[in-house]
Amino acid sequence: MTGTALWAAVLAGGLGCYLLKLAGLSVPAAWVEQPWVARVVDFVPAALLAALVAVQAATSGNHLVLDGRLVGLAVAAVALALRAPFVVVLVLAGAAGALAHVLGG
Amino acid sequence: MPSAARSATLRDAIGLGVAVGLYGAAFGAAAVAAGLNVWQTMTLSLLMFTGASQFALVGVLGAGGSALAAVGSALLLGTRNTVYGVRLVPLLRPRGVRRVAAAHWVIDETTAMSLAAPDRELGRLAFLATGATIYLGWNAMTVVGALGAAALSGTARAALDAVVPAAFLALLWPRLRRSFPEAAVQRRVAAGGAVVALALTPFVPAGVQVIAAVVAVALAGRPRPGARPTAQEEMP
Repeated sequence: MTGTALWAAVLAGGLGCYLLKLAGLSVPAAWVEQPWVARVVDFVPAALLAALVAVQAATSGNHLVLDGRLVGLAVAAVALALRAPFVVVLVLAGAAGALAHVLGG
Repeated sequence: MPSAARSATLRDAIGLGVAVGLYGAAFGAAAVAAGLNVWQTMTLSLLMFTGASQFALVGVLGAGGSALAAVGSALLLGTRNTVYGVRLVPLLRPRGVRRVAAAHWVIDETTAMSLAAPDRELGRLAFLATGATIYLGWNAMTVVGALGAAALSGTARAALDAVVPAAFLALLWPRLRRSFPEAAVQRRVAAGGAVVALALTPFVPAGVQVIAAVVAVALAGRPRPGARPTAQEEMP
């Protein structure tokens, strides 16, 4: 991708995300508190974050890939279940991914 | 206002700023690994300033996705900040320039800290203190991560590759906990989103499967018949 296209993504994404925040402080609460809007906004992050977990951990381009990232993810899940702090979860996942890389060659 | 409560609020804000800063270093490194330059990476943290959307944008770009798919997934994740803003209005009562400025700091952490404060004055203090420490920590550590990424060896790169999905899982996790409203539905939606994304991966351009995963909300997001209604539905 060209530098210009990357800049366009950075600026459009940044501006759009800012406007979404500003809208929350600006629009009448009744608009956002419509039951269907509230439901969609409640559940969209779960679908999207889970999709990102899956795509970032188990795909490469158009292929499904099993590698050290899944080991890191499994370690992260155990750490989260044990209520480890956010930073500890990331460090453990990184260490597990690195270890899998070293052992796997 | 008792000064003990003030200092407890400030202490929590600084602790959160440090923790989020470390995550910022991971973001800086991931963004450069995905093909952004240091200036683009810094601009994202300064301008977008909402971690999940930033990771989504660079994740999609790094996977070879189009700018449109990258921006789309960042915006979809950014919609929750709109709802946070609505919840913060009674607390902040922002007007004019202050509304324009306050909006930039409406994110997961500032909302959680403000709404958890025992009264309005502490809530405003929590918003400002958390917003300031996180903004500084996040942006400073983004630069550190971005500059450090060039020096990463193969093993450190593998560690970073494992950190990014783990970070998304850590953001997702609270929604799956039993204490979260409608946790069972959240879990179904999350499972559906992951399955849809993986199933589409071989067939669609990179990044599109992430956006397509929102169909899981329509498929799995309905309340089961007889399920307890949500707070919203109980309102007249």
